[in-house]
Amino acid sequence: MGDKAEVVLFWVFAGPLIASAAGVLMARNPVHAAMSLVAAFFCLAGIYVLLTAHLIAFLQIIVYAGAIMVLFLFVIMLLSLSDEELGVDRMSAMKWAGLAGGAALLFLVVQAIAESGGAGWQRVGADYGTVRAVGRILYTQYLLPFEATSVLLLVAIVGAVVVSKKRI
Amino acid sequence: MVPVNYYLALGAVLFTIGLAGVLVKRNAIIVFMSIELMLNAANLTFLAFARQSGNLSGHAIAFFVIAVAAAEAAVGLAIIIAIYRSRGTVAVDEVTGLRDP
Repeated sequence: MGDKAEVVLFWVFAGPLIASAAGVLMARNPVHAAMSLVAAFFCLAGIYVLLTAHLIAFLQIIVYAGAIMVLFLFVIMLLSLSDEELGVDRMSAMKWAGLAGGAALLFLVVQAIAESGGAGWQRVGADYGTVRAVGRILYTQYLLPFEATSVLLLVAIVGAVVVSKKRI
Repeated sequence: MVPVNYYLALGAVLFTIGLAGVLVKRNAIIVFMSIELMLNAANLTFLAFARQSGNLSGHAIAFFVIAVAAAEAAVGLAIIIAIYRSRGTVAVDEVTGLRDP
């Protein structure tokens, strides 16, 4: 892939990504916020493909844009909150403090990134980021965390059922 | 290729948007969505550094982050439903049962 095409693709994904991430905060209706978040996840998957992370890109679409967002939409519809209850933001002092804090953090991090200079990219083999390569590292070097993840998911299932039961 | 700084800056912007959402929004569901945005920003940074240094450990970490996010969403949304059942609201500044004795 040419250098220019990659820069164009980066901006094709990065622009809508930032726009839809901001849309999550701007949306009055939580369903619109959820759909905006789905769009953000799809754009992020495109960015992951640019970073040669094919497996993670597909997991992003299947797990995030698929499973997690369906869960969010179900809960939004289950609660069926009225619009004005959702539209109101927190008191304005908190709002301005939050925005100022976010801007300050962004300034610090971007400054640190600019100072780091950004070393070049390493060359990687053809199987970098494929299911075979990532699967091999998951089942050898990261075997214990991988098994711990399965226990974590089991605990999450049991916890979700127990917490959302009628009588706690 | 696109310089690695661009990816890192994109991750920083995404994280900041998520942080602003957590601080500013009242609705607990939107706060949760903002947390998901912050987790994704961390993932993007992991993958950018993994690609930069040419090893795959960042991909394994990103995989674990996705699994933990799924577990966190399931438990968190169950808690939101339980709070809505007992209080009739999901506004994060109206649930003060632990603060007010």
